[in-house]
Amino acid sequence: MSSEDTDDPPNHGLKGPGPDERPQPDGRRNDQGIRIDPEAEAKREPRRAVFSALVEDEPGVLSRVAGLISRRQFNIESLTVGPTTIEDHSRITMVVEEPEPSIDQIEKQLAKLKPVIAVGELDRDAIRTELVLLKVDGSEPDKVHAVTDMYDGKTLNAGHQTITVQLTGDEDRIEHAIDAFRQFGIIEIARTGDTALARGNKATVPGEKPGTANEPTKPRNIR
Amino acid sequence: MSKQASRQPDVDIDESSQPEESKSPVTTGAESVIRALENDGIEAVFGVQGGAIMPVYDALYHSDIRHITMAHEQGAAHAADAYATVKNKPGVCMATSGPGATNLVTGLADANMDSDRLLALTGQVPSDMVGSDAFQETDTIGVTAPLTKHNYFADDPDSIGDTVGEALALTDEGRPGPTLVDLPKNTTLAETDSEPGPAKAPENARAQYIADTEAVEEAAAKITAADRPILLFGGGVIKANASPVARSFAQEYEIPVVTTMPGIGSFPENHELSLSWAGMHGTGYANMAITHTDLLIGVGTRFDDRLTGGVDTFAPEAEIIHIDIDPAEISKNVHADYPLIGDATRVIEQLDDAIDQKPNTDEWQAQCQAWKQAYPMDYATPEDEPVKPQFVVEVLDEATSDEAIVTTGVGQHQMWASQYWTYTKPRTWISSHGLGTMGYGLPAAIGARVAAEDTQEVVCIDGDGSFLMTIQALSVAVRENFDITVAVLNNDYIGMVRQWQDAFFEGRHMAAEYNWCPEFDKLAEAFGASGWRVDEYEEVAPTVEQALAYDGPSVVDFHIDPEENVYPMVPSGGANGEFALTEDQL
Repeated sequence: MSSEDTDDPPNHGLKGPGPDERPQPDGRRNDQGIRIDPEAEAKREPRRAVFSALVEDEPGVLSRVAGLISRRQFNIESLTVGPTTIEDHSRITMVVEEPEPSIDQIEKQLAKLKPVIAVGELDRDAIRTELVLLKVDGSEPDKVHAVTDMYDGKTLNAGHQTITVQLTGDEDRIEHAIDAFRQFGIIEIARTGDTALARGNKATVPGEKPGTANEPTKPRNIR
Repeated sequence: MSKQASRQPDVDIDESSQPEESKSPVTTGAESVIRALENDGIEAVFGVQGGAIMPVYDALYHSDIRHITMAHEQGAAHAADAYATVKNKPGVCMATSGPGATNLVTGLADANMDSDRLLALTGQVPSDMVGSDAFQETDTIGVTAPLTKHNYFADDPDSIGDTVGEALALTDEGRPGPTLVDLPKNTTLAETDSEPGPAKAPENARAQYIADTEAVEEAAAKITAADRPILLFGGGVIKANASPVARSFAQEYEIPVVTTMPGIGSFPENHELSLSWAGMHGTGYANMAITHTDLLIGVGTRFDDRLTGGVDTFAPEAEIIHIDIDPAEISKNVHADYPLIGDATRVIEQLDDAIDQKPNTDEWQAQCQAWKQAYPMDYATPEDEPVKPQFVVEVLDEATSDEAIVTTGVGQHQMWASQYWTYTKPRTWISSHGLGTMGYGLPAAIGARVAAEDTQEVVCIDGDGSFLMTIQALSVAVRENFDITVAVLNNDYIGMVRQWQDAFFEGRHMAAEYNWCPEFDKLAEAFGASGWRVDEYEEVAPTVEQALAYDGPSVVDFHIDPEENVYPMVPSGGANGEFALTEDQL
């Protein structure tokens, strides 16, 4: 209903050309709000990202981080937390699987949390490792020990009925090892999730100055 | 452009740096809490008493800080929130533990969504009882963590004052927002002689105020080259006290201005470059401009879905320069081609310095003017039908000064109040934007009244549904004889829901009919306020005059056309450029 021909507005509503009578632009944005350039249109696939965050070790810090991740619906694979050499500072290592703009958002949103001193995504070449405890059936101890040796594992407990081993390593190694242990029947498993540090002299968290034996790591906020 | 117009200091420096020669030394945790407020120049606190907060109230007894006892804690939070916006200082609200704290939650969530400077102080059960499900215990820290910038459990009497100071400072560091300090009763009762130091924001929360120079230069070049640039001013322009520089910038480079709803007042709506505000119920011309622009310069906006409509069709041909102090807002909803992280005032000044040549916008300005002609906000006023709400808003606007402050609830009345009142000054439009809290208007009017100059009128434009939600605050306005005028646009409906039911639910008015509301004029009289009822056009202007002239709280119950709808309207997720002007276009 266009009311261009009359000067008076309708009783309910406004006058003016209707939606069909207006010029509309051809351009579009994708669901991440990026203008779609036909030449460079690529669907962004989720990827795995490892974040390291230095946080103030105050009560509730883990719940603040976990709460942020869950309320913004970020897909988290693992989260580890532990003290550092600085009193009252902890390091959180987090693995997430998200497409690109969300990975950026996770980092920025984490950085906004007051107890988060600094946060950054680790490079691909970062040192990443996980610790796994595995309890398997103990009826074939020799075979279990052979597989444990093969994956540089450690037998922590060997009884008549169960054997418990410890494995460490990156994701590929752990997955292969777990596959190998399946033949014995895995009774229980506990995994820590990845923990990680940047390789070599690189700082794990932006602004973090790697320390020395005499002077341990000091965080420096560069934001 | 003036270089003096830099960021205003947050508190009056002369006042806050005065030596505290007359203050008696702190003796308890509670006194330390109040001393921290005094040190930061806090003049007013809104709250409700209760068991766990009693020691803090007792300390307030000896302070010059004014306390406004509210009828409900939600009202305390909204009042403090509106106070903060009008006064350009942090607002402080207080409540006891348990229900007192949970009643604040809506107000905190509201302040969080609208980035308002709000500090909440909540009582808590003694710390050795925390976790035992004690009387009036609730996990206030857990409940409010997602709704605050940060919250603090203050269980050390020696540092409690510094914690309150830090929480106050944090409300305004970088992007503003609410904070909360939970005060266990044993800590506030405990003896301490520890005087709080000056309020300092935590090191980790320090924001970047100046944008990267290279990024500024790239953006500046884009502005020079643009054919159809638009300035989009969000609420952040007002919060950063950037309205004067933002205005000079628009004028100097002749760039048409669209605001968001929270940005209303950042740029005078009677200026020829103003296209009013864009979004779901924004003007047709603002939505046309934002749809066809080739360079969108967003300042202090978070590109909320009520602004963008469907992201796929939002400014689809524009490159976006996004100025914001919160890096997490960059490319959150809409991709920013040129992100400029910093304080709005500083970054606009940086851009001004970096631009060599202004863009040629003559043709584009003419186009924007043509859209203004094509999509006027005119409405019909059939004399034999009920009064149109738009008319009431225009009469109120005309009867008041340019400095008058408008507060609203949420719904149709809020949209008419924002569409048909011409705002020319920052901090005169006080509303609940992001959270959409019905009932915000009346307590906000109380907070605004405490903060405003005596010469500023405070008008709460409310809906029948919204007014009913926090009407108990009227008793506060009567007790304090606050000079506020409540204009209820009463359509016997929860009107925006009714409008959506007609448009999208085949007219099934499930739970939307509000013809059971009390007679607000009589109810106002029962509270001790003055009340009027208006049904006819000729009564509107005279009654408005009387209500504004009344020295104290007045309520006018305007019985408006119940079938009137808010237009233009961009349906949720729709294209801004396809806004409907009538229901059959939806």
